[in-house]
Amino acid sequence: MMMVRSRSPSASMVSIQIGGVSVGIVSDSTAFLEMLERRYAGFVVPAGSSDFELEVVLHEPLETAGADEHVRVTRLREDWVLQRGDFYATWNPSTARGKVFQSNNPYAIDSVLRIVHTLILAPRGGFLVHAASSIRNGCAFLFAGISGSGKTTISRLAPADAKLLTDEISYVRRDADQYWACGTPFAGELARVGENLSAPVKILFLLQQGPENRIAPVASADAARLLLRHILFFAADPDLVKLVFQSACEFAEKVPVRRLCFVPDQRVWEMIG
Amino acid sequence: MGETYIAKSTAIAARMIGGEMMIMSALDSTFFMLNEVGTLIWQSADGQTPLSEIVTKRVCPEFDVTLEQAQRDAGQFVDQLSQHGILLVSDQPIGSAAAAVAPTP
Repeated sequence: MMMVRSRSPSASMVSIQIGGVSVGIVSDSTAFLEMLERRYAGFVVPAGSSDFELEVVLHEPLETAGADEHVRVTRLREDWVLQRGDFYATWNPSTARGKVFQSNNPYAIDSVLRIVHTLILAPRGGFLVHAASSIRNGCAFLFAGISGSGKTTISRLAPADAKLLTDEISYVRRDADQYWACGTPFAGELARVGENLSAPVKILFLLQQGPENRIAPVASADAARLLLRHILFFAADPDLVKLVFQSACEFAEKVPVRRLCFVPDQRVWEMIG
Repeated sequence: MGETYIAKSTAIAARMIGGEMMIMSALDSTFFMLNEVGTLIWQSADGQTPLSEIVTKRVCPEFDVTLEQAQRDAGQFVDQLSQHGILLVSDQPIGSAAAAVAPTP
């Protein structure tokens, strides 16, 4: 059964909740909304309870449109403008609404959702970060690294009692003085949607594959600097740069950051949890 | 030779963390971590105190360095940060209004 809310004779909504923040996707295409329900299964909540809203206007695919182009996010008065070859979107934080022009494909709306969540999280002290994350023994562990550093590998090696939040993009939310990692549907090579769970972040590991399993401390200044490299950061906007910088510094001051050198087998998880 | 005055741009984010001063340009996201001497000069960059006075009255008494070396290092440091719009440089005292606008790097 589609969990949609009727808005007009032709438009309906699917509400996708990530990190406790729900974004209602409005479209008059039932096929598009059904695709969203399948893709974001586990993160769809009853429509009507959305914190934010995105209206999607579908158009025919453009021959020149490409998802491999760079994303451009700029500020135009009150609106953010999000652009890539395969989509054009606007987002107004004040009204909590936006509009997306795209063809009927999952990749454009997936990117728009990631960007919108970074914009929502930034003034709240949170961020999206290139990191796998899992919950074990009630605590969340983040594994940050560039492509090829082992995010998917460490996720694949996780024991049965570890709950995968994501193998690609971690969602970090700040509540008062505590940071929480939340599951996301943004999958990487594992092509597995994370579980819709959250837990306080215990450690952020900077991943590095090597000849032995070893954990080394990282000074907080270095931790902040290295974390900044991995935070998803789309907009060249001075105010946003300041917010993300402060968020990375505050995270590095409150959450232990360690360098994790690991051999790709299950023994590495004996050191985690 | 005239005096050099330095002031912090407002188009930056800065924070002391773990005893190290971190600065990021909000214009181009360039990132700097300052050593102790750099941090002292940064903290002294009030737009009103000449750089020469910062070096003679604050840097030299605090660190084991000759005046000549300290002046040379301070000049290079200021050049580097000003190129990224992080420090504003003028041959006259810099007021708060002037500091609100970062120069084009």
